[in-house]
Amino acid sequence: MNSDRRDFVLTAGKLLLLTAPAAAYLEAVESGKAEEPAYKTFEHYWGMIVDIEKCIGCGNCVRACKVENDVPLEPYFFRTWVERYHVEGAGEHPDVDSPDGGYNGFPEKYAAGDGAKSFFVPKLCNQCAHSPCTQVCPVGATFESPDGAVLVDKTYCLGCRYCVQACPYGCRFIDPRTNTVDKCNLCYHRITKGLTTACCESCPTGARQLVDLKDARDPVHEFLRTHKVHVLKPQMATGSKVFYNALDGSVR
Amino acid sequence: MEEGILHAIQGYMYPNEVELQWSILIVLYPFTTGLVAGAFILASLERVFNVAAVKPTYRLALLSALAFLLVSPLPLQLHLGHPERSIEMYLTPHTSSAMAMFGFIYLWYLMAVLVLEIWLDYRKDMVLMARSETGWKKTLYRILTLGVDNISEESLRIDDKLGRFITIVGIPSALLLHGYVGFIFGSVKANPWWSTPVMPIVFLFSAIVSGIALVLLMYMLVCFLKGIPIDMPCVDTIARYLMYAFLVDFSLEMLDLIHRIYEADESFKSLDFMVHTRLYTSQILVQIVFGTIIPIAMLAFIQLVKLSDAARKGIYALAGLLTLMGIFAMRWNVVIGGQLFSKSFLGYTTYKMAFATKEGLLPAILLMILPFVILWGLVKLLPPFDEEKAAV
Repeated sequence: MNSDRRDFVLTAGKLLLLTAPAAAYLEAVESGKAEEPAYKTFEHYWGMIVDIEKCIGCGNCVRACKVENDVPLEPYFFRTWVERYHVEGAGEHPDVDSPDGGYNGFPEKYAAGDGAKSFFVPKLCNQCAHSPCTQVCPVGATFESPDGAVLVDKTYCLGCRYCVQACPYGCRFIDPRTNTVDKCNLCYHRITKGLTTACCESCPTGARQLVDLKDARDPVHEFLRTHKVHVLKPQMATGSKVFYNALDGSVR
Repeated sequence: MEEGILHAIQGYMYPNEVELQWSILIVLYPFTTGLVAGAFILASLERVFNVAAVKPTYRLALLSALAFLLVSPLPLQLHLGHPERSIEMYLTPHTSSAMAMFGFIYLWYLMAVLVLEIWLDYRKDMVLMARSETGWKKTLYRILTLGVDNISEESLRIDDKLGRFITIVGIPSALLLHGYVGFIFGSVKANPWWSTPVMPIVFLFSAIVSGIALVLLMYMLVCFLKGIPIDMPCVDTIARYLMYAFLVDFSLEMLDLIHRIYEADESFKSLDFMVHTRLYTSQILVQIVFGTIIPIAMLAFIQLVKLSDAARKGIYALAGLLTLMGIFAMRWNVVIGGQLFSKSFLGYTTYKMAFATKEGLLPAILLMILPFVILWGLVKLLPPFDEEKAAV
């Protein structure tokens, strides 16, 4: 059979065009019928309520988080930590401390009736809807999931630390064991199975509550209607989804 | 180590802020890219704006730019937690990330501007050397010409025309290259020390300043080493441009400073305290007094008083060195200074530089020597002073 270059190009071109649907077909056949996932990301929109009035600074949440999420124990790696504020007067110069991030609770430091107010502020990733950290990631290794959680793909993170710089709240750190970034992901492995986060689970006073803003039955809606809540650093316009009740203006 | 880190803290820092994220290697990155952009802009003066006086430095400026551009991604690469994944920035870039887009600007600048312009400018020399040399050198030059060995007058005219066109494209590219480095810092709204729209412009002008100073020094050094007489009108012109660029740069930085002091926003007290304590030496003394005001004064003095050639050479050398030191300090104060205060504005930390570690002083020094080694090789391979030799 005679064949010239034109025939070759035509045949090869047709075959080349066929490879894409063939690959798609093979993939569908090999993976079998996709199972309907029990957890649907678009059915949820996660956030948290932190009630300053209820926090007693016991550090349960910090300890539970470190265990549940295998966070390095050094006192400068935290997915969540607790700060103690001591505010005199107008609160322009608050005294703030967080010994070991509140891991061991707080040793007595201030005498009762010293003319100042004192309170605890638990901190964690604010799961921002317009998060500056995901904006700067050069490869999209950190991203906002449709269910509102800001997640990190550790198998993709370059460890460039740009996101650590971009977070206004100091919520990110580099895990020295993997050289990739880490931060609170709202115990994603738990909440996608219908459980609450380790910190909320272990909080003895219910100061922290995981909320699903898309769930009409979630008490969060009633709470937001009846309480004066605030987010951290609202001037950063990050769309934070961690709402604080009774947050003092001195808190940074 | 743990104790050491925590002891460096004064006041309150968010716990995750205790560890500094970006080290001296990240200081080198804006410093070296700045030298590249500045050297290229000086070279383009001759090509596009026909400033004949700086012609002797044209090729040297291009080669210096290439040497530093080749080195500038290395400190970043060394700094990454997973350098093997850095290719993902090109394969799956996140378009909203300033860092990811910088990769493409870098590649564009390296391949479409600098390498192409050098190739066009040296093509005739390379063809001639491929003809006159023997052995491996002959092969090397033949490879470098990419087999394009037509050096007829018509062909060279096209080279020149193309080169001019590339320089015209190259000027905005060079501005983009370093303005963009400024944007990487200036766009971080979480950090008030960085977050200012002036940052790209300040970076740009300081880049031009440092690049001009580098070429001035390299030209005088190469002349000295090769025993070629220094072309005084050339260095006089370069020094004058250095002064003008420096005045613009200094004005912009002062504008930023005055603006910050006058507005005195929520971060001001914290930053002001930092500048008066932990950054005092590197910012006030090294950067502003010794690295900016004194070299500007030296260069201005020469404009007013007639000095001998030898005295001018000495002053240029000293002013050039002080300038490079000042611009390095500026990069240091931006990168390191931006991490010494807490985003809670309630505390401060210090940067303790290690020596022989992955991100220590030793690799930083080696990375700063490397461009000069590359430049030495480039000057050997592609002699920038052929015309002078022929004239002498």
